Amino acid sequence: MDGDGYLEWMRSEGRIVIVGASLAGLRAAETLREEGFTGSLTLIGDEPHEPYDRPPLSKQVLLGTASADRTLLPRRWAIDATWRLGVAATGLDMAAKRVRLADGDEVGYDRLLIATGVHARPWPHETEADLDGVFVLRTRDDAARLQRRLTSARRVLVIGAGFTGSEIASACRERGLPVTVVERAAAPLVGALGGVVGQVAAELQREHGVDLRCGLMVTGLEGDSAGRLRCAHLSDGTTVEADVALVSLGATRNTAWLAGSGLGAGPRGIACDAGCRAFDVRGIVTDDVFVAGDVARSPHALFGYQFLSLEHWGNAVAQAEVAAHNMISSSSERRPHLWVPAFWSSQFGVSIKSVGVPSLGEEILIAQGALAERRFTGVYGYQGRVIAAVTFDQTKWLEFYQRLIEGAAPFPPAFPMVDHRAEGLRPVPADFPDPSLPTHGPSVTLSGYSPTDRRVAFTPGRA
Amino acid sequence: MRLVVDLNRCQGYAQCAFLAPDVFAMHGDEALLYNPHADDAQREHVVRAAAACPVQAILVEDMGDATAPVREGLSGGR
Ligand SMILES: Cc1cc2nc3c(=O)[nH]c(=O)nc-3n(C[C@H](O)[C@H](O)[C@H](O)COP(=O)(O)OP(=O)(O)OC[C@H]3O[C@@H](n4cnc5c(N)ncnc54)[C@H](O)[C@@H]3O)c2cc1C
Ligand code: SF4
Repeated sequence: MDGDGYLEWMRSEGRIVIVGASLAGLRAAETLREEGFTGSLTLIGDEPHEPYDRPPLSKQVLLGTASADRTLLPRRWAIDATWRLGVAATGLDMAAKRVRLADGDEVGYDRLLIATGVHARPWPHETEADLDGVFVLRTRDDAARLQRRLTSARRVLVIGAGFTGSEIASACRERGLPVTVVERAAAPLVGALGGVVGQVAAELQREHGVDLRCGLMVTGLEGDSAGRLRCAHLSDGTTVEADVALVSLGATRNTAWLAGSGLGAGPRGIACDAGCRAFDVRGIVTDDVFVAGDVARSPHALFGYQFLSLEHWGNAVAQAEVAAHNMISSSSERRPHLWVPAFWSSQFGVSIKSVGVPSLGEEILIAQGALAERRFTGVYGYQGRVIAAVTFDQTKWLEFYQRLIEGAAPFPPAFPMVDHRAEGLRPVPADFPDPSLPTHGPSVTLSGYSPTDRRVAFTPGRA
Repeated sequence: MRLVVDLNRCQGYAQCAFLAPDVFAMHGDEALLYNPHADDAQREHVVRAAAACPVQAILVEDMGDATAPVREGLSGGR
């Protein structure tokens, strides 16, 4: 039944269901219509909102230059879909090709796309997490609540200095709020960019008045008699008085609803092949279930075919487009998802961007600019080749390094670059922490070679 | 009116901040912050900014002819 006849029928009259109505889900739906799919299209999303953009939530929204309920994504194409918003998918029957919904409904599909993303890892201690003043930031409702609370906050405690935590600290400082940041590693952004660059991030934070405490963990949150957050206890025995705490300890894949479905889904995501087709628990690729966005783990040729999990905006868009194309294409017309990881952040007035997989880097070379000036390009090397690059306010060089990564160019690069300084003469260790420790915030995780590996590499403690 | 900037693609040229300063603003030298829901009164400025962006990183909903899909610009990578 997979002959041309089926595909033609599928494209004109088939039923496509997309679970997860956010960035990846929307872009996939648009691509399906754009490529001529005229069958029925259903988008299922547990949030009650139309697809909106998340990156502004930790930036413009907290700064007050955009509002949390006004980051809806512009549409590229009319998608003529049935929207089931505010209702979660609770189960999947792969044999019957049906998705179960929280309201008891079932929706049948011919092809299914799973784009359920991730959720913020909550504070591990439940009663402490419930204290008034303790927040996470993933959704627009989170952002609205936080933004409201910040207007009366006295001191904000940020737990975990990954990208999201650091951006929140930056916005709070810009609003004039006292901020304490507690990070288990030796510096902010260390899990994503390594210790050399992390040191620069630490200096940036301190210069902007952040009370930055590294190498420490928050061991407990304490409330007053009315259940409002009063202070936090740190692993060095000190106490930080704060009425707002932002838990930014990274994210967990939204795969719990797939438990028992037979799909290769676990806390590290859903494994799929380079064509975005999901693997089942036996390691056999499915024909009709596809995956895209933050929830996916997919193998990448540039990185030894290890499975990559990316929490990157650009990946969600690119992978959604490939998945959608492949869902309605014959096997010879399918495309691989070979997107080179790319990420941006802006914090403390600096534009930070990266390409490739920095955390694979053994060494880093400051190819241009200077760390002390907060304007530089760092190039990461792995086994003698260029594997990633990061820029602080030097975006224009990134594309060049992307090509070096794509071409597996030798590391250190064979030529000196314009504006290279003494510190860029020799590579130094990139200084990544033990990979078994969690990294915080949108980042890249390599998750081995097994499509059915459902173990988690680390046990998140308190950071 | 909804808009989004592909900030992987954006090079911080500030062309948009020059043409529609009420919607796009540079934050430091290269970081762009924009309002993802611009006032309709800004439409003309925003459409001009999107057209003038050297890397076509700005996607505006309903740009010009509503039936013509806006395809250029956003596609994640390059
Ligand atoms: C505050 C913040 C700042 C960010 N900043 C940047 C940045 O600067 N640069 C960058 O590259 N990336 C950034 N990101 C990451 C980027 O937003 C994500 O990569 C992107 O949103 C991924 O899109 P997605 O569609 O795969 O997943 P998501 O956006 O997570 O969407 C998944 C959707 O599925 C829904 N869902 C989950 N389970 C179910 C279910 N069982 N049934 C129905 N629906 C379900 C979820 O509620 C959600 O609406 C940021 C993210 C956040 C939260
Ligand atoms: S004009 Fe384009 S490249 Fe320049 S800042 Fe604006 S969006 Fe970025």
